[in-house]
Amino acid sequence: MTNERPENVWAATLPNGLRVRVLCKPDFQRSYAVFATCYGGADRRFRVGDTWTDTPAGVAHYLEHKLFDMPDGSDALLTLSENGADPNAFTSTNMTAYYFSCTDRFEENLRTLLRFVSTPYFTDASVAKEQGIIAQEIRMGEDDPDRAVWRNLMRCLMARDGARDAVAGTVESIAEITPETLYTCHRAFYAPSNMVLCAVCQDAPERVAAIAAEILPPERAPVPAADHGEPEDMTPKDARMRVELAVSAPQMLLGAKFRPAEKGEARLRQTLTAELALQAAFGEATAFYNDLYRAGLLGDDFGCNADYCGPIALAVLGGESKDPDAVCARVTETVARIARDGFDGPAFERARRAVYGSWLRGLDRFDDVCVDMAEGLFGGYEHMDAFPLLGAITAAECAAWLTETLAPERLALSVVAPKGGEEDADHDA
Amino acid sequence: MERIRTEILPGVWLTALRTDKFKTAWLSVNLLTQLRRSTAACTAVLPYVLRRGSTRLPDLETIAAELESLYGASIMPSVRKLGEIQAVGFEAEFADDGAVGEEVFPRLAADVADLLLHPNTRGGLLRPDIVDSEREKLLERIRAGMNNKRAYAIERLYAHMCCCEDYAVPRLGEEADAERIHYRKLTMRYHDVLSTSPVEIFYCGSLEGKAVARILTDVLSTMPRGEIDEDIGTDIRMNALEAEPRYVTETLPVAQGQLAVGYRLGACMEEPDIPALFVFNALYGGCVTSKLFLNVREKLSLCYYVGSRLSTHKGLLTVTSGIDVKNYERALAEITAQLDAVRTGDFTDGELQAAIRSVASDLRATADAPDALAWYWLNRTVQGLDIDPAEMAALVEEVTRTDVTDIAAGIVCDCVYLLKGTEGPAYDE
Repeated sequence: MTNERPENVWAATLPNGLRVRVLCKPDFQRSYAVFATCYGGADRRFRVGDTWTDTPAGVAHYLEHKLFDMPDGSDALLTLSENGADPNAFTSTNMTAYYFSCTDRFEENLRTLLRFVSTPYFTDASVAKEQGIIAQEIRMGEDDPDRAVWRNLMRCLMARDGARDAVAGTVESIAEITPETLYTCHRAFYAPSNMVLCAVCQDAPERVAAIAAEILPPERAPVPAADHGEPEDMTPKDARMRVELAVSAPQMLLGAKFRPAEKGEARLRQTLTAELALQAAFGEATAFYNDLYRAGLLGDDFGCNADYCGPIALAVLGGESKDPDAVCARVTETVARIARDGFDGPAFERARRAVYGSWLRGLDRFDDVCVDMAEGLFGGYEHMDAFPLLGAITAAECAAWLTETLAPERLALSVVAPKGGEEDADHDA
Repeated sequence: MERIRTEILPGVWLTALRTDKFKTAWLSVNLLTQLRRSTAACTAVLPYVLRRGSTRLPDLETIAAELESLYGASIMPSVRKLGEIQAVGFEAEFADDGAVGEEVFPRLAADVADLLLHPNTRGGLLRPDIVDSEREKLLERIRAGMNNKRAYAIERLYAHMCCCEDYAVPRLGEEADAERIHYRKLTMRYHDVLSTSPVEIFYCGSLEGKAVARILTDVLSTMPRGEIDEDIGTDIRMNALEAEPRYVTETLPVAQGQLAVGYRLGACMEEPDIPALFVFNALYGGCVTSKLFLNVREKLSLCYYVGSRLSTHKGLLTVTSGIDVKNYERALAEITAQLDAVRTGDFTDGELQAAIRSVASDLRATADAPDALAWYWLNRTVQGLDIDPAEMAALVEEVTRTDVTDIAAGIVCDCVYLLKGTEGPAYDE
């Protein structure tokens, strides 16, 4: 394990405020670019100048779908696909990202990406047409236990924040969306000063910045203020929620809120501290995981991570378990033990090597690298700075973070259980 | 990339790719067996049981600690279905020796071999407590198949469509057979699989192929090899089971209907032209410029997703879509109409070129991910094709309009499956 940055990233900021990061990988066939705005499903109320605007749940995601429509009647998704690229987009609570990968004609595809994301064009007919498609996407989410268990955890944890609601909104809330809503949100959040462009390509990183400068508006617009209401308390609104769906076994997600550190190195340090603490406390080499695995209470789908959702951050752990309460009890015991005794030295160092290896291997997955670089920039740090910083994180600060964040009164539990109690009995027989 | 293929032990073949481009290296060991209902569940549980411990790495904690110290390497049990071949073994992803400046592969190869060849036994038998525990986990995994409704609909389609063929047996086997897994019988199955299966090993990383072969020959030298079962393969049915398509509807408490339509590829499977099949599928429903995506989703707004996939081993084409059940007839009619359009050549050269570019680009991108390369080569090896991804992409670029319409001409619909909710509007077939 070394303290060196394993890759050199080319960096620039354009006069309009757009931040550009490019990683050159000449041996690879594939190029990749993500154009992202610091705007997501949780950013529902915002101010531009003196005017406050309230928007219905699901606007950021709806906008993501509709932005592909171009004024000449073409669909950017098709334009990119026809040109051999593999395009897509996603919306999270605090980010909307548009991206493509391709093995040929990178610059042409990059131009298309920048052009369509910066060209809003919505009509009553085109907005109405999307209702049916998004309604089916929402329905699909209703049948998906992973999404349901996450959505309910957010409802437990958040008292007010926009992250309470599903990113896609509801069939009812999206019915309120008009072309005007979409234009307003685009104007507010899609200024280059609120966006980043991250790419992996074979050569000439300065070309990426030059193309962006040529296509995007030159002026620097102010970044809007999103209002998430009164800051959230660190205790959850509700301690638990349980729903029933057509699933084979209970799915659980245990979570807690924590306050994001200030943007910049402190944020990166907190990100690494959280990841290392969770790996050392609940990773595959721990007694926590192995005892529960042997007892049949956790499976190999178990996972834990920390997630930043705008003004709030979350630590979550979960997977399939036939006894979520037993898992929670064991989490609390584990945290209490670490609070008392701290982490075991050699085990902590192994966890550090594991985290290092996972960040290192992540560099081969361009989609992850680009999104991680974008998230880093929105958090005020450079992704590659994680490598030199990781060695400096101490076991004591991990223990302190874990003990504070996963204190019993801060935990909320979301469970999706199989429909009808009888099935459980059958399966246990 | 330099590629070697060599038989390192009787019936044990190594495909090794040498490259410096990745920070991630890959090793997979696949034991190929004939997929049969009577043995499928037993075979599927084997890698999970073996992953629990060996004589040298006796329990999960020891294995996990070893892997964490190897920069968080992972050794995952794998169970794959390629037509009517069930491939079981391990897949290991780890930091490349070159990327961390340490010898990772020799240790990791020894660990994988140890787990495979020297299980933690009692009196020469696999330990009953471990077998029982992994049997329960296998049952949970099988039951969890219903949690992903799209995959579940496909599996149910095959259960009906291929009711007289081994292909109907799911990758992990049937629940009823898994319930009967017993440590004595499983030990016999283990010895049988170990001594008779053809074995395909794949390595991708910075080490020379010869060095990799030497290390693997050494760590696997005690592998018992008997008479190798060289006759395993897939039985291809050319026509539908009945003269008219069969229609099957099942219910589960779901919000969204899942439609799965199964076709036999027919005459083209006499001598399958793999590149042409890839292009046909992309044109019909395999990418966002496809007939299905453009018409069922974009034009008619009937769904959020619709797509087609191929099994080139078994000669099947499967279309799936998540729909509102009231749109069932419209969606099915459109899916059928679009296949007819491909049959009659009712597509533009632009559509054909977009499909070709999409397939060629995906193939070339295969060379950028070790896991994708492993899967690519396992498939080609089973097909007896010695064509690398770049060569395959070049062949794809030669595919003509007639190649595609010829394939479509022979395709027959065998079975239409609908999964619908138990509540909501009643629907009659």
